Amino acid sequence: MTDVVLLIGTRKGVVLARHHGHGPWQLDPLQLVMSEVYGVGIDQRRAVPRLFAGATSPHWGPSLFHSDDLGRTWAEPERAPVAFPEGTDTSLVRVWQVQPASPAEPEVVYVGVEPHALFRSTDGGVTFDLVEGLFNHPHRTQWVPGGGGACLHTIVPHPTDPSRMLVALSAGGVYRTTDGGASWEPANRGIQAYWLPEDQRFPEFGQCVHKLASHPSFPDRLFAQNHFGVYHSDDYGDSWVNIESGLPSTFGFPILVHPQEAGTAFIFPLQADSDRMPPDRRCRIYRTRDAGAHWEPLGEGLPGPGYHSAVLRDGMCTDGGDPAGIYFGTRNGEVFTSQDSGDSWQLVADHLPDVLSIRAAVVA
Amino acid sequence: MTATLLLPAVLRPTVGGQAAVATEAATVGEALDRLADQWPQLERRLRDEQGHLRQHVRLYLGDTDIADLDGMATRLSDGARLHIIPAVSGGSC
Repeated sequence: MTDVVLLIGTRKGVVLARHHGHGPWQLDPLQLVMSEVYGVGIDQRRAVPRLFAGATSPHWGPSLFHSDDLGRTWAEPERAPVAFPEGTDTSLVRVWQVQPASPAEPEVVYVGVEPHALFRSTDGGVTFDLVEGLFNHPHRTQWVPGGGGACLHTIVPHPTDPSRMLVALSAGGVYRTTDGGASWEPANRGIQAYWLPEDQRFPEFGQCVHKLASHPSFPDRLFAQNHFGVYHSDDYGDSWVNIESGLPSTFGFPILVHPQEAGTAFIFPLQADSDRMPPDRRCRIYRTRDAGAHWEPLGEGLPGPGYHSAVLRDGMCTDGGDPAGIYFGTRNGEVFTSQDSGDSWQLVADHLPDVLSIRAAVVA
Repeated sequence: MTATLLLPAVLRPTVGGQAAVATEAATVGEALDRLADQWPQLERRLRDEQGHLRQHVRLYLGDTDIADLDGMATRLSDGARLHIIPAVSGGSC
């Protein structure tokens, strides 16, 4: 196993875990204490990766911190790094997603926030400007909050074409741009909004997409975990196909694509929105290796029966290495890793505050 | 008018470790506007970007919550002491 840093956002701060060679995981002390860290990010386009933590203090409000020394210290600019401009009558609630852009734009970083909006940085993620093309979209006033809030929670930049990008928001659905963010169109054809009347369940927008994922080498291939329903697209969101056959339930939050195997994806199903615990009360990841034609449960090394916790939408990630490390964190404050594509799992940490977000990177 | 803002320990790193900062202002709102120039990291922990006092922040002029006075329009006398208080309603477990 190579050297890995694992950035863990929790309800009470951020923790960095480090792994060297075959030794045990080392956990740094909790930082940004008593802040809810819903979004973490790692920008690996730099010689020393830049870490990000979107942290919200219940008293003192939201901010976006960055670290250029692998989490030993954190900084923020004097002026608010992410703020709605005058005239919008809108205030930042929290940062949900931090996403570096493609290598073609090395200083560009995006954040997705609550209330529904996208911000863009051209200085490496220190200061941000509102992406007005999406904020002024005529659908925006019809987007509604999901259970977690009115969040833009997923940003999927195209790996080679900076003009193309997808975002997902709850509850508005998937939107995409092909002109660098100036204009946006919904991309939800085939995704069901199960709560609507039967003859209206496939609207143009308004779906509650919980997480969207793409494969880095096959950007037209997408996966989505919805508020009921797991979907796959092979045409960059022109159309979606339901791939939930074989799953014990279709509700859940995270979905992750294997960085090398384009047909391999991982989810953590929950029984239902009215029963947000794993089916059979077992801690199990479900994996497909054929883009959703078949699913298999994975539980070797995970806790035994009687498990009642959950994994949130940004609680699962890969380090992108080859072989890839897969990671997930739970609302019980546990973090697990697999170094064999999910066949077996090992505990990285436990007794943390509940895990809200997690990102990993292989480092030199 | 010179007013003094008294900070809880958790906010002191935003002003170089000081326990209090002084500002020239005739009202509470004006004092916070001045803070936005003098100590922007402190000011944005008290107000959001639209100028609204954050939900779990309380400002006391002497021993009175400004919410029970004139809010941001509350007038400051020379030597006024404005206490920044994290409300017990905030927090997360």
